[in-house]
Amino acid sequence: MIGILDYGMGNLKSVTNSLTFLGLESSVIDSVENFNGITHLIIPGVGAFPKAMSSIKDKGYFDPIKTFADSGKPLLGICLGMQLLADKGTEVAETEGLGLIPGTIELMKAEGYRIPHIGWNGINLKRDPGLFEGVKKSADVYFVHSYHFATKSEENIVAVTDYGNEFVSIVANEKGNVIGTQFHPEKSQKQGLRMLDNFSRMKAC
Amino acid sequence: MLKKRIIPTLLLRKGRMVKGVNFDNYRDTGDPVFASRVYNSQYVDELVFLDIDATNESRDTNAEIIEKVSKECFMPLTIGGGINSIQTIRKLLNSGADKVVINSAAYTQSDLIREGAKMFGSQCIVLGIDVKKEEGEYVLYKNSGRIKCNVSLIDHIQKMETLGAGEIFLNDISNDGKMNGYDHELIKLVNRSVNVPVVACGGAGNFKHLEDAYTETEVGALAMASIYHFGDNNPIRARAYLMNHQIDIKKV
Repeated sequence: MIGILDYGMGNLKSVTNSLTFLGLESSVIDSVENFNGITHLIIPGVGAFPKAMSSIKDKGYFDPIKTFADSGKPLLGICLGMQLLADKGTEVAETEGLGLIPGTIELMKAEGYRIPHIGWNGINLKRDPGLFEGVKKSADVYFVHSYHFATKSEENIVAVTDYGNEFVSIVANEKGNVIGTQFHPEKSQKQGLRMLDNFSRMKAC
Repeated sequence: MLKKRIIPTLLLRKGRMVKGVNFDNYRDTGDPVFASRVYNSQYVDELVFLDIDATNESRDTNAEIIEKVSKECFMPLTIGGGINSIQTIRKLLNSGADKVVINSAAYTQSDLIREGAKMFGSQCIVLGIDVKKEEGEYVLYKNSGRIKCNVSLIDHIQKMETLGAGEIFLNDISNDGKMNGYDHELIKLVNRSVNVPVVACGGAGNFKHLEDAYTETEVGALAMASIYHFGDNNPIRARAYLMNHQIDIKKV
């Protein structure tokens, strides 16, 4: 069963709809007890970092998410959900993140480029984190964000994207069970749905 | 690199899709859910829904369309029309919208832009502007083109950008439905006045118009409606045309 974390922000519906469309069973996690029986966890998200983290803490999700990640079960963070995996965010105010992947969330900077970065862009994949079987590597995916995942930890960088400067568009932890995509697979049409389908078939490690 | 976007716009009136000329004389153009399904199968880059009667009828934006479309169209969905509260924004986002367009309310409740951006992030707060060219001047209108606004175009968009609007949806009333091409001067003016992405709408009648707007201005996204409603054109052919003319668009 794929759990979709509901922390009061964002496009839960789009993720739920895409999994339903793929014929995958999912359930919305809206209380700590709902973590029981979840084999895969998706952290979606639209919104600002500090509000998201305070909401996660208020609802008591912080520890269950960490426990889930430590157990080796597959976890996918999407957009803001990806950013929350970092050590800290700097949007609005400096805020502690989930600390699952080393990095800091910083405002995008690219001379002559408009922020937010909105639209379809390519990804330069360094390795397959387990999402790309049957996915066209040249396909564009949908981004909509102003902040990016800044990390010096090369082994955690799975893909980069060019927007004036290169920024990290997919991250993963060393074990490989915690993955974050800056883009929205659930909004990236056929190729994105394929990634979600692949995620649903990832095994715990 | 970021690709140029092609965005069909669906105007909603009483649950149907309509299209007019100069924001008037609307004609029925079909069922919006069916149309979205077709556009989805044609891999358009995004869909924009504008509920054109919501503000004038003082009612909430029609969220039902987003509920339905988001069940089968896995692409960015933007909706506007009558949005005047945080609750409405939340409802639309929860219904499956990715971005909301705030137009009329921005003139009297600029806090909505700021609060919306703070709560949901700038990237989902789109400022909608309706512009008419009058005696060589660009004039802003609200309430679907019915009420003239006494604020300058540039002042307005720059102020809203500062408050947190993350994108601008520029609707050109003067060229709306005319199918004579985009107003490049207007697009350039808006584009260079802000640092957020701009979507320009109004005037596309053939694929050359899209190519011209992309080569003569630096706009990142073009929206259109009539071109698909009233002619033997569709987004697949638009993509093929643009690709053949070296416009960098999405690879599928």
